[in-house]
Amino acid sequence: MSQSSNRLPDGGRIDRTKPLAFTFNGKAYSGFQGDTLASALLANGVKVVGRSFKYHRPRAIVSAGMEEFNALVQLEPSAGAYKESSAGNGKEFGAFDEPNARATGVELYPGLNAKSQNCWPSVNVDAWGVVNKLSKFLPAGFYYKTFIWPNWHTWEDFVRRAAGLGTVPTKVDPSDYHKHNAHCDLLVVGGGPAGLAAALAAGNAGKRVILVDDQEEMGGSLLWEKQTINVAPATEWVAQTVDRQQQLENVQLLSRSHVFAYYDHNVLAALERVTDHLGPQDESHRFRSKNHKPRQRLWKIRAEKVVLATGAIERPLTFVNNDRPGIMLASAVRHYVNRYAVTPGKHAVVVTNNDSAYRTALDLADAGVEVVAVVDARANPQGALPEQVRARGIVIHAGKVVANVKGTKAVRAVQIAALSDDGKQLLAGRTTLNCDLVAMSGGWNPTVHLCSQSGGKLRYDDNTACFVPRLSVQNEQSVGACKGTFSLAAALREGFAAGDDAFEALSLLVEEQREEALYPLWQIPGQPASKQWLDFQYDVTVADVEMAARENFISVEHFKRYTGNGMSVDQGKTSNVSALAVLGEVTGRKIPEVGTTKFRPPYHPVSIGAIVGQSNGEYYHSRLEMPGHAWHVDNGAIFEDAGGWQRPSYYLRDGETPKQAITREVHAARNAAGLFEGSPLGKIEVRGKDAVEFLNRVYLNNMKTLKEGCVRYGLMLNENGVLIDDGVLAHLGENHYQVGTTSAGARRILLWMEEWLQCEWLDLDVRLTPVTTQWAVCTLTGPKAREVLRQLSCDIDLSAEAFPHMTVREGTLAGVPARIFRVSFTGELSYEINVPANYGLALWQALMDVGAEQGITAYGLEALEVLRTEKGYLHLGTDTDGTTCPADVGWGGPVAKKQTDFIGKRSLSRAHNVKSGRLEFVGLAAEGDEPMPMGAHLINAAQPDLPIETQGYVTSSYASPTLNKPVALGLLKNGQFRSGETVYAYDQGKVYTAKVVGPVFYDQQGERLNA
Amino acid sequence: MLQINCPWCGKRDETEYCCGGESHITRPANPAEVSDAEWADYQFNRINPKGVHLERWCHTHGCRQWFNVARDTVTHEILAVYKMGEPAPQLDKGAQLSEDAKQHEPEPASNALSPSGEMPQLMREGQL
Repeated sequence: MSQSSNRLPDGGRIDRTKPLAFTFNGKAYSGFQGDTLASALLANGVKVVGRSFKYHRPRAIVSAGMEEFNALVQLEPSAGAYKESSAGNGKEFGAFDEPNARATGVELYPGLNAKSQNCWPSVNVDAWGVVNKLSKFLPAGFYYKTFIWPNWHTWEDFVRRAAGLGTVPTKVDPSDYHKHNAHCDLLVVGGGPAGLAAALAAGNAGKRVILVDDQEEMGGSLLWEKQTINVAPATEWVAQTVDRQQQLENVQLLSRSHVFAYYDHNVLAALERVTDHLGPQDESHRFRSKNHKPRQRLWKIRAEKVVLATGAIERPLTFVNNDRPGIMLASAVRHYVNRYAVTPGKHAVVVTNNDSAYRTALDLADAGVEVVAVVDARANPQGALPEQVRARGIVIHAGKVVANVKGTKAVRAVQIAALSDDGKQLLAGRTTLNCDLVAMSGGWNPTVHLCSQSGGKLRYDDNTACFVPRLSVQNEQSVGACKGTFSLAAALREGFAAGDDAFEALSLLVEEQREEALYPLWQIPGQPASKQWLDFQYDVTVADVEMAARENFISVEHFKRYTGNGMSVDQGKTSNVSALAVLGEVTGRKIPEVGTTKFRPPYHPVSIGAIVGQSNGEYYHSRLEMPGHAWHVDNGAIFEDAGGWQRPSYYLRDGETPKQAITREVHAARNAAGLFEGSPLGKIEVRGKDAVEFLNRVYLNNMKTLKEGCVRYGLMLNENGVLIDDGVLAHLGENHYQVGTTSAGARRILLWMEEWLQCEWLDLDVRLTPVTTQWAVCTLTGPKAREVLRQLSCDIDLSAEAFPHMTVREGTLAGVPARIFRVSFTGELSYEINVPANYGLALWQALMDVGAEQGITAYGLEALEVLRTEKGYLHLGTDTDGTTCPADVGWGGPVAKKQTDFIGKRSLSRAHNVKSGRLEFVGLAAEGDEPMPMGAHLINAAQPDLPIETQGYVTSSYASPTLNKPVALGLLKNGQFRSGETVYAYDQGKVYTAKVVGPVFYDQQGERLNA
Repeated sequence: MLQINCPWCGKRDETEYCCGGESHITRPANPAEVSDAEWADYQFNRINPKGVHLERWCHTHGCRQWFNVARDTVTHEILAVYKMGEPAPQLDKGAQLSEDAKQHEPEPASNALSPSGEMPQLMREGQL
């Protein structure tokens, strides 16, 4: 195990009493509790950690935060986790690994294992590195232009292997993810100085506050920036502030969490990494452990007010070979030195265009690192920080920039040159500075993502050369660096003021250092543009911007998609502003004229598991079980999901095939008695003095003539004249009806009726009550149905005379209140027996018991489909489509007869509805024994010459066990006038012959029905 | 996610509701007497304003009641909630908009600062 070569002997916020062993690319290393993977790698002197996306250039850690674009690793590539199932009878091994994990955001834990991505065989010897030699043939958009012969797919596999990032896990993710909804008066995003101040102020005022921060501890920049508050290290103020907040019950601190989206009406989404930092071996991931916790938790927070204190991200400088390992953001170098006690190099050059990077020179010097020089693009830096650096005897090369970088897998030296007075060219003469670390700063980009997502508007600030918030749309406010306020004292003032306490800030003494304006430096003029990186992750250089401009991709959104700048997993956190500035320079526009691309959620990637939460597997969506479910389960039912209901398709007996089971069920219903559970059938009670008036407007039938105790089959149209539902309406009593809908329509039709009542016919006195699940429905059908039913005690006269077809009776059956409908969807004598849902199972069992002698047989949805197709009963939605009108199914007569208006009536007289050539409902008698496939298109030719005009299609088709021949229904062009014609059905090359017939194949007189 | 103040249940998340589109559309009293064009207008033609929109919503996963909402389609600010059958509130243009909404001044002529590249916001006029 190699010892930390770059670790300072003391300092930092790491716990040196807790050394942690970890593995990177198969090699063992050691770090400390409190390290990130990135800081531990730097401490161990690991330089190259990845390869770039396109050119496979060696890349190293650049930043210390979420913006990291190089150090993306495959975390725990071979680790998995066991999920013990809730029943405790099985274990499932799944994937724990995470592609594209930022080494800078991965907290070190015992046994951590990670490897580099996008390289083969290893990160140091990458065969794909040859791509870099070809880079001039691979500019932006090269694959749109290059890989077009013979087509893209010829090349796809090669390109996909050559370019790419992490590997997607192939196993199921067994981890537990939770979701949490929260509400608060004030949501503070970011636990830096401004955010801490806002949360403390509002917390003291009694507000319900949630403070969210992505780090494991609060403090933000104060954790790594050497600053003082009240003449003490700022971290002491952080500790005191957090302590005060923790004592307030109304303040909730959420660390290891990042807000990734800002939605309408102040709803924000945050991802909390609950146990990620403990690693896959930790007990918290064991499902049956007492210490089990979710891996991550997704928070949905609605806040009265939002304070954004998201800070700022430092910009890289653009110069030749600015992507070489050892070149880091200046702030990141301070971060590693001060927070992790790691020196990423021994001989440093600081390259900058602003004052802030001088802090890096001072901190490195304090840590004993040789600061070779500060190279400042500005001609005459005289701020307080440069003066301090000068006073330490560090050389400042003013008015100079980096002309080139030496070293491939590690920086060996930088060559610097003077910038001309107008900044348009480099002057002759190069100075070489030997170094192994370059700390660069191109200024700062306020993290305005959430502000922009909220609808807020931005403006470009010339003084700080960055976009800052200009206008809030929702109740939010930016404070501190994300607003462009880079001074600590001012950030604290803004924070406290945002929490409605302007006074606390006055009691704080903060040392201020005046900073001079930066010099906007977006590229080095006159140097090879193809070696100056803008988007490191996607390998976009200044040359790509120039080419995009030449090809007129100058709209910022077009430019983004053409070059890919900002499209990689970091979404351009560091590159976007620089790239659009270069685009502005190239196209002769100012930055505000170029504009920014749209900021979209998520700010930082979110695992799919967290979005899914618990809605997975059997909890994917809710399931409804019918009252008789237990019986169906016990009796071999094979279930299908029908509108959320678990319904038996058929009941399989030992040794039976499904087809045999369905045939047996059909025969029983035709010859003896069948029992079907129809509980999901929609039931809506309609009451009120205008009930019949309302129903008469809702159905196309005349419902005013429906007598009490009778039921009538009816059709409903939408206002467009299209059939939307069918079923029976029962007249139960004075101003009391029950609407029967299809099972699928139960909820939809209720809502539709409510909309008409509440929005259009406010004058009608009607009340609707959905009672679908109040009743269990046992449908008893078949010639022996009455015989079976009579065996149960019943106070209803069941004789055909007293209780004929299409009537309803209420009474008591087997001691239970019952509402029995004589309606049929099989063509046989049928009773739809409704009893209160809780008695459903008992009634079902009772009917099965007493009917045993008559051969009662339970049947499922499949047998029902066969039975109703034999009888030619329309199955709405199966035998109709989104164009079917009443006349198309033979209901033109009732429509013409009904004098009063109903929903959809007016549309039936539109030209389109009355023209010929409509698809009409017919029966189809196929030749031979083989049923035509459902969905087969009807055509006019026996030997079709494709393409051929369709004449409609087969909607229902079965082998009829009753008639021993195929029966089918369909929608056929002008079908109602084509009876007796021969048509053909075409399906995947096969042609079937059928005769157009009436839809009723069985018992055309309806004698069995009325038995 | 919008937060809508149901007149019966109070403030609830948008996911509890369904939007029924433009409100104050009256069905012709005698559909048989209107022309195809008039019928089509009633059935299909809807305004699509940038600004205040009067629309009807149903608290589908709550009290199942319909009501009207005046919503700014740009900011999603809900300016008024009123019951079905009630006349549209007299929203004085601008006067009853929140401070935030009022601040939506037109973008500079170049439209340069709009991060989304959207068009200048000149429209504050609904169908009021």
